[in-house]
Amino acid sequence: MAGRQRIVIAKPGLDGHDRGAKVVARALRDAGHEVIYTGLRRTPEQIIMTAMDEDASFLGLSSLSGAHGHLFPKICKLLTEQGMGDVIVFAGGIIPESDREALYDAGIRAIFGPGTSTEEILSFIDEAVQKPSGVSVESGWKWQGL
Amino acid sequence: MNPVGNGRGCEGLNRRLLAKTLSEIENRQLIPKRHEGLIIAFTGSPGVGKSCLIDRLIYEWSTTKTIAVLAVDPTSPLSGGALLGDRIRMTVLDEPELGKQVYFRSVATRESSGSVPSIVGDLASHLFSEGFDMVLVETVGAGQSEMRCAALANKIIVVEGPSRGDIIQAEKAGLLELADLVVVNKSDLPGASKVAHEIQSSLNLTDTAPNIVLASAQTGEGIEELAEKILLTKSSVKTNRARIRERILMWHENKLLHRENFDYVIKQISSGELSFEEGLVILSD
Ligand code: B12
Ligand SMILES: Nc1nc2c(ncn2[C@@H]2O[C@H](COP(=O)(O)OP(=O)(O)O)[C@@H](O)[C@H]2O)c(=O)[nH]1
Ligand SMILES: [Mg+2]
Repeated sequence: MAGRQRIVIAKPGLDGHDRGAKVVARALRDAGHEVIYTGLRRTPEQIIMTAMDEDASFLGLSSLSGAHGHLFPKICKLLTEQGMGDVIVFAGGIIPESDREALYDAGIRAIFGPGTSTEEILSFIDEAVQKPSGVSVESGWKWQGL
Repeated sequence: MNPVGNGRGCEGLNRRLLAKTLSEIENRQLIPKRHEGLIIAFTGSPGVGKSCLIDRLIYEWSTTKTIAVLAVDPTSPLSGGALLGDRIRMTVLDEPELGKQVYFRSVATRESSGSVPSIVGDLASHLFSEGFDMVLVETVGAGQSEMRCAALANKIIVVEGPSRGDIIQAEKAGLLELADLVVVNKSDLPGASKVAHEIQSSLNLTDTAPNIVLASAQTGEGIEELAEKILLTKSSVKTNRARIRERILMWHENKLLHRENFDYVIKQISSGELSFEEGLVILSD
């Protein structure tokens, strides 16, 4: 196992769907990680500050409202600018296949849709800690599924 | 790094470095030099409004003081994981200017048993060395173990709420006696002043009763007065013995937790290879 990670789960933008984010937060807790959930309607700047102050090694973004294309890359860029390029970013929610390539290019290492199992998310975390997978690392590595 | 205290603000502070260093301390890779400073602990049952009160109080204090918050939540003994949920209540962190004056950090109890892990003392030491004027500690707030915050804090603020009406249980008495000040929060709800009176009359039996303040973190009623009273309150002499007691207990627990064979002995007892008594003997030599 990856050992205990500090993981921030964030809801950027105006999206009010929080069930998935909470389910994931609890699942990660039950797997032995320390999880900080940001609550709804956070700006990219607020999310960066939370990840920084809480010394998160992982940042999980959740969006079901369709704003991921704009918000997620902005968060990735801000992380790099703030010297937090080693933080590993992953995402979930309603994210159409056609939008995913751009998000991987921005440095996001995994995208999980509805119905994702906890087991898969945990396997991703185990693998990501062993790969060069920080948001600003140009390794090209991304999660390929179980 | 520049010191940030004494109202000079957090401008020179490298928050990223601060956060990383605190992690090293938490993971026991680093032991900070002792630095004294004002530690105020907020304790009370889950849901009474500790986080919301701290948020409100920071608005009052942070114009003149640099403040760090260490908010403790319980680690699940089974999984070792934790959901750290106090940060959600901190609206002050979203303020463009004030937010920069405040450092907020969620802390899990990890292996420690009290509602304030001893590591909080080390984290606070480092924050003081970085120039913070005061450190506010939010405890887990679970029954008897709450007393443990006495080992670390200079002032203990016990938070109560209404709805709890008649259940200011006897088991709370110990904690209330340790209080330097009692807040009855949610004064916007019915029953708050009744609770305040009940506490008042139960505490009046002792000679040095703490102040009791009614406040509402929701409406802001009473917050200004509360902020002032907390700073003026002197922690009383009578609580000193209790503090020393908690410190000794914490010291002992730490010694035990960091014995190399601690986990091993637990395993041996649970698998039946050692009796409980035999385990204790091994752990106490
Ligand atoms: C429940 C629901 C609601 C509830 C939300 C309750 C709540 N507090 O969450 C309510 C009724 C409030 C609601 C409102 C709206 N909804 Co709605 N809602 C849904 C619905 C039916 C289910 C979402 C859900 O909770 N699923 C259960 C959870 C557990 O699954 P999940 O969120 O997908 O999370 C899983 C994975 O995605 C992943 N995951 C998610 N986040 C993350 C994060 C990380 C880090 C990781 C690793 C994984 C991960 O892991 C989770 C576990 O497997 C979906 C349709 C659907 N089938 O998805 C529509 C849906 C999301 N809603 C939709 C819309 C349009 C709306 C509304 C705008 C109006 C409307 N038409 O109903 C409002 C907007 C609300 C707002 N302010 O944003 C659309 C979004 C369309 C889009 N993206 O283009 C959907 C897709 C329905 C549809 N087909 O049109 N909604
Ligand atoms: N009505 C009312 N609700 C409050 C007040 N303060 C906090 N709450 C609510 O009480 C709940 C718990 O608050 P929180 O600060 O998280 O409690 P904690 O567990 O003690 O930290 C939240 O839903 C708050 O909105 C108050 O003064 N009045
Ligand atoms: Mg709280």
